[in-house]
Amino acid sequence: MNAEAPLLSVKDYSLEFRTRSGTVHALEDVSIEVARGETVGIVGESGSGKSVLSFGILRILDAAADVRAGAISFAGMDMLAAKESALQQVRGREIAMIFQNPRTALNPIRKIGRQIEDVLRTHTSTLQADLKKKAIECLAQVRITDPERRYSAYPFELSGGQCQRVMIALALACNPSLLIADEPTTGLDVTTQAAIMELVSELARERSMATILITHDLALASEYCDRIVVMHAGHVVESAPTARLFERPRHPYTARLIASTPSPEVEIDSLASIPGNLPDLRRNDLPKCRFHARCDRAVAQCTVGPLPEATFEPGHRVRCFNPLAYTAP
Amino acid sequence: MLKMILRRLAGAIPNIVGVVIVTFLLTRALPGDPAAYFAGPSATTEAIEQIRAQLGLDKSLPHQFVLYLKELASGDLGNSLSTGQPVLAEIRTRLPASLELTLCGLVLACVTAIPLGVLAATRPGSWIDHLCRMLATAGVSLPTFFTGLLLAYVCYFLLGISPSPVGRLDVSFPAPATVTGLYLVDSLIARDMETFRAAAAQLILPAATLGLFVMAPLMRMTRASMLGVLSSDFIRTARASGLSGTKVLYTYAFRNALLPIVTTLGMVFSFLLGSNVLVEKVFAWPGIGSYVIEALVSSDYAPVQGFVLTMALVYVMLNLAIDVMYGVIDPRVGIEG
Ligand SMILES: Nc1ncnc2c1ncn2[C@@H]1O[C@H](COP(=O)(O)OP(=O)(O)OP(=O)(O)O)[C@@H](O)[C@H]1O
Ligand SMILES: [Mg+2]
Repeated sequence: MNAEAPLLSVKDYSLEFRTRSGTVHALEDVSIEVARGETVGIVGESGSGKSVLSFGILRILDAAADVRAGAISFAGMDMLAAKESALQQVRGREIAMIFQNPRTALNPIRKIGRQIEDVLRTHTSTLQADLKKKAIECLAQVRITDPERRYSAYPFELSGGQCQRVMIALALACNPSLLIADEPTTGLDVTTQAAIMELVSELARERSMATILITHDLALASEYCDRIVVMHAGHVVESAPTARLFERPRHPYTARLIASTPSPEVEIDSLASIPGNLPDLRRNDLPKCRFHARCDRAVAQCTVGPLPEATFEPGHRVRCFNPLAYTAP
Repeated sequence: MLKMILRRLAGAIPNIVGVVIVTFLLTRALPGDPAAYFAGPSATTEAIEQIRAQLGLDKSLPHQFVLYLKELASGDLGNSLSTGQPVLAEIRTRLPASLELTLCGLVLACVTAIPLGVLAATRPGSWIDHLCRMLATAGVSLPTFFTGLLLAYVCYFLLGISPSPVGRLDVSFPAPATVTGLYLVDSLIARDMETFRAAAAQLILPAATLGLFVMAPLMRMTRASMLGVLSSDFIRTARASGLSGTKVLYTYAFRNALLPIVTTLGMVFSFLLGSNVLVEKVFAWPGIGSYVIEALVSSDYAPVQGFVLTMALVYVMLNLAIDVMYGVIDPRVGIEG
C-alpha cells in the first residue's frame, strides 16, 4: 500500500446532535488519515469529540446524530454511503474498538467466553465445535491467567484490568486491520495501565495493525504513537508526527497541552494549566476558532473569516489564524 | 438451587403464622353479627343466642382461636355459613378458575405488550411509539367492567362470534375430570378437544378484558427498560463488534431488560388474582374474588379466612418463582443468597 492511499481517511467531517436543549455542534470539518500499520494518537480534553469521532467512523452513533458534511473512506469503502449490512461486515472484522469503561462495556449477564464466540460466529467460518477452543485461544492471547476457567466467568467476577483484557480479546478476535482504542486505560491503576498499553501495542505490532489511540494524556500518546492529532471542541487543531509536535508545536493549544504535561524534565510546579473551559457546543454563534476565548495569541482577525489550514511541512498541519512561529535554526 | 427453595419456604413459615393470627383477629373485628344475620330478621333473641352457641361464637376469643387452629391443622377451613359447603372444597374449585383467568389474561397481555414495548423502544418518537402510548392509556383508563361489558356486547350480542358470556363452560358441556382444576389443561389431559374449544371460547373475553387492563403497565415497563438497556455501553460494544441487529436486540438487550419486566409481571399477577372481582362478576366467572366478596358482605368468617390464607400461600409461591427466575436470568443474583 503506497503512501497516497491511507487505510482510513476522514475528510471535512461535520456532525451535530439534535437535542432538546438545542443543536450540539460536536464535530466540524474534521480530517484525519491513518495509514496501514500506523499508530495515531487523538488527544484532547474531555468533551472535545474524540469518542464521537470514533463512533462516527464505525457509524454506531445514536439516532440524535446528524452527519452534516464530509466523507469517510476505509480501505476504499465509502463508509457514509455503505448499507447497514455492509457496515456489520466491517465492524468487528476490519475495524474493532475498545471502549472507555471496560466494566460496563461487556454484557453483564453473558459469559465472557460466549461474548467472544458471538463475534467469532458472526465474522469467521469457525465450526460450532471449535468455537470454544478459539475463544479460549483469544483469551490466552491477551494473557488472561487460566483462560479455560475464565471462559465461563461473568464480567462482574473479573477485575477492571481483566475486563479490559477481555475487551481486547473481543476486539482482536477477528484480526482487524484497524483498532480504535478509546481511552483504554482510564479507571485502571497505573501498573495495570502500563500492562494494558504494552499489550495493545505489542499485539498491534505483531499483526501490523493500524491503531487509533484516543486519550487525554499527551505523555501516553507520545510514548506509543507515530503521529498525534490534537482535538479541541470538535476541531482538529493540529496534527503532526510525534517528535515534530513536541519539538515545534504550532497551535497555541498544543503548546499549552505540552506545557501542562508532566515529564521527567519538567518540575510539577512549573506545569501550566489551560485557562478557561471548552465553549458550549450548543451555541449557534460559535466563533470560527473555538479556542479563541482561551487563547493568549488571539488577534482581531481570529473571529472573522474561515479557519485557515496551514501545512508547515509534509504531515504537519495546523488550523490557526496566528500559529506559533520559529526562527530558522 | 433446591436448597435455596427449601430455605425460602422455611423462611415463609413465620409470615404464614402471622397471616393466620391477623386474619383471625380481623374477621372477628368485622362489623355485623353473623349469628343475627343467619337467624334472619324475624328471629327472637333466644334463637340468635342459640345460633351463636352453635357457631361457637359465645366462647372467648383465645378459645375460638384454639378451636380454629385445631381445625386448620386437620386441613379443615370450616364451612361457609351461607352455602353450608366446606370452604376448602369451594376454594379448590374457585382458585383454579381465577388462576386460569388471570394466567390467560397475563399471557394475552404479555404477547401483545412486550413486543409492542420493544418495538416502541427501538423507535422512540415514531408513530408506533405514539400508538402504543395511546393503546396503553386507553387500556388502563377504561374500567375493567366497562371493557368487559363492551366486549361481551360486541362479540356476543352484535357479532354473535362468542358464546353466551356466562361462566367457565357452556351448560351443554360437562366439566372435564379434575386434575389441575384448569379447564384448558384438564380437557387437554382428557383429550377432549371439543370441551377445550368450548372452555377457551368462554375464557377469551374475560381474559382479553384483563389483558387490556394489564397491557399498559407492562408495555410501559418494557419500553422504559429496553430504552435504558439500549443506551448502555455494552450494547455499543455489541454493535461495534458487528453483531446483527436481531442478535443485539434479543440476546444482548432484551435479556438484560427482562428483570424489571418480570418484577412487574409478578406484581400485576398477585394484584389481579384476588382483585378481578369486577371481571368475574361481569362474566359470571366462578372465581375466588367474587366468592370472598359475597362472604364478606354476609359476615361469613370461614371463607374470608380461607381466602386470605390461600392468597398468602400463593404470594409466597409466586415470590419464590420470581426469585428463581431472577437467578436464571441474572448471574449476579446469587442463587444461594
Ligand atoms: N448522544 C449525544 N447527544 C448529544 N450530545 C452528545 C452526544 N454524545 C456526545 N455529545 C456531545 O459531544 C461532545 C463530544 O463528546 P465526546 O464524548 O466525544 O467527548 P470525548 O472527547 O470523548 O470526551 P471524554 O474524554 O470525556 O471521553 C460533548 O460536548 C458531548 O456533550
Ligand atoms: Mg470519550
